[in-house]
Amino acid sequence: MKKGLKMAVDIGGMTIANPVMPASGAFGEGMDKLIDFNLLGALVPKSITKYPQRGNRNPRACETQGGMINSIGIQSKGIDHYLQETIPYYEQYCAPLISSISAESIDEFVEMSNIIASVPSVVALELNISCPNLKNNGQAFGMSDAITYQLVDRVRETTDKPILVKLTPNVTDIQSIALAAERAGADSLVVANTPLAMAIDIHSRRPKIGNVMGGLSGPAIKPIIVRQIYQVHEVSRLPIIGCGGVMTANDAIEMMLAGASAVQVGTANFVSPTAMIDIIQGIQTYMEEHQLYHIDKLIGGVMVRNQWEKDYI
Amino acid sequence: MKDYHLTVLSNRQVSDRYWHMIVDSSVVEERIEPGQFFNIKPTNHETYYPLLRRPFSIYLINEDTLEFLYKVDGPGTRQLARYKPGEKINLLGPAGVPFTMSKDCNKVLLLARGVGIATLAALAQKAARMNIEIYAILSARKQDDLLATKTMEKYCTNVYCVTEEDGTSDVEHVREMIRDLMETYPIHAAYTCGSRRLSMLLQKMSKGNGITGQVALEEYMACGMGVCYSCVCDVKRHGVTQTVKSCEDGPVFPLEEVVFE
Ligand SMILES: Cc1cc2nc3c(=O)[nH]c(=O)nc-3n(C[C@H](O)[C@H](O)[C@H](O)COP(=O)(O)OP(=O)(O)OC[C@H]3O[C@@H](n4cnc5c(N)ncnc54)[C@H](O)[C@@H]3O)c2cc1C
Ligand SMILES: Cc1cc2nc3c(=O)[nH]c(=O)nc-3n(C[C@H](O)[C@H](O)[C@H](O)COP(=O)(O)O)c2cc1C
Ligand code: FES
Repeated sequence: MKKGLKMAVDIGGMTIANPVMPASGAFGEGMDKLIDFNLLGALVPKSITKYPQRGNRNPRACETQGGMINSIGIQSKGIDHYLQETIPYYEQYCAPLISSISAESIDEFVEMSNIIASVPSVVALELNISCPNLKNNGQAFGMSDAITYQLVDRVRETTDKPILVKLTPNVTDIQSIALAAERAGADSLVVANTPLAMAIDIHSRRPKIGNVMGGLSGPAIKPIIVRQIYQVHEVSRLPIIGCGGVMTANDAIEMMLAGASAVQVGTANFVSPTAMIDIIQGIQTYMEEHQLYHIDKLIGGVMVRNQWEKDYI
Repeated sequence: MKDYHLTVLSNRQVSDRYWHMIVDSSVVEERIEPGQFFNIKPTNHETYYPLLRRPFSIYLINEDTLEFLYKVDGPGTRQLARYKPGEKINLLGPAGVPFTMSKDCNKVLLLARGVGIATLAALAQKAARMNIEIYAILSARKQDDLLATKTMEKYCTNVYCVTEEDGTSDVEHVREMIRDLMETYPIHAAYTCGSRRLSMLLQKMSKGNGITGQVALEEYMACGMGVCYSCVCDVKRHGVTQTVKSCEDGPVFPLEEVVFE
């Protein structure tokens, strides 16, 4: 990195070397042959569940215009395997490990957070309260501000480590959910998980996804996510991690201008396994070109009409 | 597995729906085995259409070139067909578990359907180099789709073709053909790709005859590198059913293990 450029950002008390990290579920050990994990801002493995679970029926993914729908359903080997195999594997890298937790009830979230937060090498917890594949037609914990508050409040009692709350975009008012998480003591908000979506094969008349509906990811969702980052940034003081449709450095910068302090990259990894490294380099080049010495200068830097008029009239 | 940009040497239509691509693989240092696949990025452009890579098994493996045989079907394969000689194409691989073939076996059966012929051709090529006798049954909808017959004839002792067009491809008829082959020759191993129904048939028949078998599955793959869990299938090992990833734990599996529901 060019001397003097400051790419490090603070995420709720945790400083990461650069603002780019993988999105849970779209990253894993299989990629270690293709990129150097030490170069990433943080490492976020797939959400972990308490017990082993097999996931949803096939087909679990399909491609749509500019995106893909998935209903993997969190296939998982359970928390014991996570403690014995997954965490030790990620300990070999210097990038900090953020554990994503998915649970069936608030009590289970609390129990799992307690166990995982007590592992020294886990630097932060990410609560996946947004997975649309679990129960009730894609309903998730994060669709209610009251439940979000209760859940985060209870997990807060178990640990002093940073708690990241991954919000669902499938809500009418994301600001109220963000505020509920903030009031309950969250340290950062991941905006957001996947919008619930559906695709149909017109010849067989069957849904293209075995589970009928799934989560849409990829470039198609970026404008929705940018809007939601902007909305959350308007009301919340918490650092935001933008997630949804980041393919290039420009996408990451756009999210930072909307109010994100960092970004997570998912589907882009499938298209190009070096995507995250290219994004880090691209942000650096942008900073050099725009003579920005501190990446903080980008965060929330979008000029909406009022500011813009002041500048130019 | 690596991310390669290889030069296309030739890319041409070989039948109504099938295309054949040859790429220069002289820079690939990794060993490539039949049954493995490459995850190909269909476009060179900065558009996101189609977005994801597409998996293709290796049709033939040569000293400095690799060949693919593909059916033009949707947006990905339509883009693939646009590549011109001299252009670079982005491939991620080689990926997956290959077929295994014991030196001790000297007669094998290959059962392929449709595009599965492309996958088994590389195995036929390897078996021929090992002086193994190969009996191949190729199945397709139409005569025109039996595109690799010439290649297979080059490597195999006998090639039998069946099609819907000729009314010869139904499971009952194929069952009789396999039974005849197994009775006439001491077949030591059987390999299949391309059809769930034929795989189930071969699974039963090889079990009944004490023959080991392998199948190459073609599950939908979003990442092709073992991280997304979109490509899973069920296998039964030591009496326990497990959900495994076909891109990483497969695509080649022992035939007796796969649970075809
Ligand atoms: C390990 C592996 C090896 C393969 N090897 C070959 C090969 O050598 N030659 C070849 O022509 N094809 C092969 N395929 C299938 C090939 O990947 C698909 O045909 C291709 O992805 C279709 O892309 P598309 O954009 O053209 O079509 P899409 O619009 O994505 O799909 C068109 C049609 O193809 C079907 N399809 C999509 N993906 C698959 C798949 N994975 N398996 C079976 N059908 C699919 C769809 O259901 C649809 O009916 C292989 C697949 C796998 C998993
Ligand atoms: C195959 C797949 C699996 C996913 N699994 C999880 C998961 O286990 N936990 C989670 O919080 N998000 C999961 N997600 C959502 C991603 O983390 C991310 O929110 C989403 O893909 C949007 O980002 P993208 O457009 O950059 O992919 C998954 C996404 C995909 C594509
Ligand atoms: S295709 Fe992603 S795990 Fe196999």
